[in-house]
Amino acid sequence: MSSQSATLNNTAWDGGKSPFGVSYGKMMMWFFLVSDALSFGGLLVAYGFMRHKYPEVWPDPSQVFTHFPGTHASIPLAYVGLMTFILILSSVTMVLAVEAGHRNDKKEVEKWMLLTIIGGLMFVGSQAWEWYNFIIGSHEGALRTVFEDGKWIEKTIYGANLQYNEYGLPVFGDFFFFITGFHGTHVFSGVVINFIIYVNVIKGTYEKRGHYEMVEKVGLYWHFVDLVWVFVFTFFYLL
Amino acid sequence: MSNFNEIPKETSALGNVKNDPEHKLYDDESHTYLNDHDDHDEQHWIEKYVFSTDHKMISKQYLLTAIVMGVIAMTMSTFFRLQLAWPGKAFPILEVFLGKWAPGGVLDPNMYLALVTIHGTIMVFFVLTGGLSGTFSNLLIPLQIGARDMASGFLNMLSYWFFFISSAIMVASFFIETGPASGGWTVYPPLSALPQAMPGSGLGMTLWLVSMTFFVISSLLGGLNYIVTVINLRTVGMKMTRLPLTIWAFFVTAILGVLSFPVLLSAVVLLIMDRGFGTSFYLSDIFIGGQALEQSGGSPILYEHLFWFLGHPEVYIVLLPALGITSEIVATNSRKPIFGYRAMIGSIIAIAFLSFIVWGHHMFITGMSPFLGSVFVFTTLLIAIPSAVKVFNYISTLWKSNIQYTPAMLFAVGLVSTFITGGLTGIILADSALDINVHDTYFVVAHFHIVMGASAIFGLFAGVYHWFPKMFGRMMNKTLGYVHFWATMIAVYGVFFPMHFLGLAGVPRRYYSIEAFEMFNNLVDINVLITCFAIFGALAQFVFLFNYFYSMYKGPVASANPWKSNTLEWTTPVEHIHGNWHGALPVVHRWAYDYSRPDLENDFMPQTSPLLPHEAEAAH
Repeated sequence: MSSQSATLNNTAWDGGKSPFGVSYGKMMMWFFLVSDALSFGGLLVAYGFMRHKYPEVWPDPSQVFTHFPGTHASIPLAYVGLMTFILILSSVTMVLAVEAGHRNDKKEVEKWMLLTIIGGLMFVGSQAWEWYNFIIGSHEGALRTVFEDGKWIEKTIYGANLQYNEYGLPVFGDFFFFITGFHGTHVFSGVVINFIIYVNVIKGTYEKRGHYEMVEKVGLYWHFVDLVWVFVFTFFYLL
Repeated sequence: MSNFNEIPKETSALGNVKNDPEHKLYDDESHTYLNDHDDHDEQHWIEKYVFSTDHKMISKQYLLTAIVMGVIAMTMSTFFRLQLAWPGKAFPILEVFLGKWAPGGVLDPNMYLALVTIHGTIMVFFVLTGGLSGTFSNLLIPLQIGARDMASGFLNMLSYWFFFISSAIMVASFFIETGPASGGWTVYPPLSALPQAMPGSGLGMTLWLVSMTFFVISSLLGGLNYIVTVINLRTVGMKMTRLPLTIWAFFVTAILGVLSFPVLLSAVVLLIMDRGFGTSFYLSDIFIGGQALEQSGGSPILYEHLFWFLGHPEVYIVLLPALGITSEIVATNSRKPIFGYRAMIGSIIAIAFLSFIVWGHHMFITGMSPFLGSVFVFTTLLIAIPSAVKVFNYISTLWKSNIQYTPAMLFAVGLVSTFITGGLTGIILADSALDINVHDTYFVVAHFHIVMGASAIFGLFAGVYHWFPKMFGRMMNKTLGYVHFWATMIAVYGVFFPMHFLGLAGVPRRYYSIEAFEMFNNLVDINVLITCFAIFGALAQFVFLFNYFYSMYKGPVASANPWKSNTLEWTTPVEHIHGNWHGALPVVHRWAYDYSRPDLENDFMPQTSPLLPHEAEAAH
């Protein structure tokens, strides 16, 4: 009996322990992220479907997103580049927070968590600014066929909303607002969760617990949100 | 159990036992069960019966909710079957139940569509997804892998209550002025996207979408729990290749759910935008009552792609747990090892994988390129291979075995029968050249009701009869079980077999009445026959309901292992205790299917029995 029980724990998958040496909470976070990735996948594939349907008349993003604060010059995609950089920086600070957590260095965790939260808020703010410019549109506007009072008429349109789009197809605006909005909601909820964890760090909850795994879990979520942005950015602005 | 001292220290870190006082049931230093001596410390009834975090109670909550929902959906089907058999005839009972929706007892056409829609929705999602996975994953995963509970009891409780809210909203949609959603259970736009399209497209449709959003959350919380519990909390010795096939099925089902439901969520949120916020994701070039609508540029086909990317895996989310339950029951009651254990695991995984690349076979007539169609034909036909592996393995297990005809076994064998019958018509429907002819006819209705509806509900019944002693500590009545099985079996074939002929004759599904078409005149009698079988089948379910509720209180008390089964759940005490096992967790030494061993006095060998001297573990 003892000889065979010795053979019981040869590999990680033989039971009695976590095969990856990971707590259940962290593993749930991983599977949740896989699931959430499929939600974004569905939306981005839908975007691709529609874009493929109208290859000729799809608006060119480098002519749509040309604004930069403090100047009226047209600088295509510069601002979205900047906000992407900010978001990626906030991922770096999150890595540093997790690393400090491994060392149980409360002060350092506080510092990096705070910077991550600030980075996230800057990104959400930038997105609001990007939306604002897209909604306001250009000074000249563009002549579009729109539906008013039961019939289709020609009209000069400024900017975009869910029904009209100065730059071309309204569906472009629909997808832009929805997908960046869906992502923005993720970033915002990430900021809120980060803030809750930050308060817990300050209160010393995790110091008492002896480890900072919660920081690691929200870190996973935060990196995921960044990674998704890279795809959203690629689909909307670069392709 | 001298070897118990050899449990590695990491055991205690499973599920953060150290840091979570709630889970401190089990002292890892002395390996004892902490609450053993304070059983008198009773929980408040709200904690025990309502907001329970115990997987056994949650499983019973799921089952009870599913039974209630099942009765509702079944009653709906008898109502619309009455209309189909005797179109326009007055049935006072309809007015009793439906009020203004059946003036004078004649079913209103809009209500007919609503009944069809909600019958499908409830059966697919609330009975066969929530009811089947929710009940048996919750009951069996911790018990069969040797765990105290799910990884997170709290999320498990949330999962049930989201399911409950979702069910309540779905049922509540019957009590609003414009009636429930009526665009079919697939809620295709534009019917579902334009509130003014038909009465059921209004508030009823909104409630449908809200209900499904809650359902997706419930399914996600449940699925994450099932996956993580199977990976992390298997007891010592419970290798993946020693898991009972039930657990493999639940595990893969949960992965399917976690991967496919989020895409439904994407589809549904875009639909909500179209309905409420003036976007045009799914809408273009639409006129209602001669008025042009402003939405343009979208595509309803986009919705179909997103929906069926969930929709097809959903078929296997419904079916795989039933197949897993059947594997377990067939092996136990054949008193034989399951034939082809690893092939069974492989086929579960293969079916799950293939289910993600076949969704286009629901869309052959959407104008998709014939080349793309032929790709979907190919991938769909591939599913026949793992499905046939499973069927042949069941038959090989049954072949020349010592079959114990318990009611559970009858339902399991019934599943094998319906799975073959429905599977054969599946091969026909997989082929676009054939499918296009019978698309949206009763042939399709017959196919999916037999292969997915009847098979899955047989799996559910088999599971209830088999694990009733584990759930309630009492036995169900065998004779009533036999009556229930044979009546249900006859009714299933009586209802759905003739539908194939209706479909081949071209009768479209979801029509209020086929009397308007002269070519269908001689088919009305078939509808009468089908309805008679449907009513017979519905009445037979009351035998089950009586048996279930009567046995719960008055059934004979169950012994610890009434079916002489090998799996771990039969090593727990008959009365439910929090934490499942008194003392230490069981240690597993062998696979779950050591039946009919010629070298033993008993014909079975529980997973906890150590290998005999000189016995090598069978290479199964």
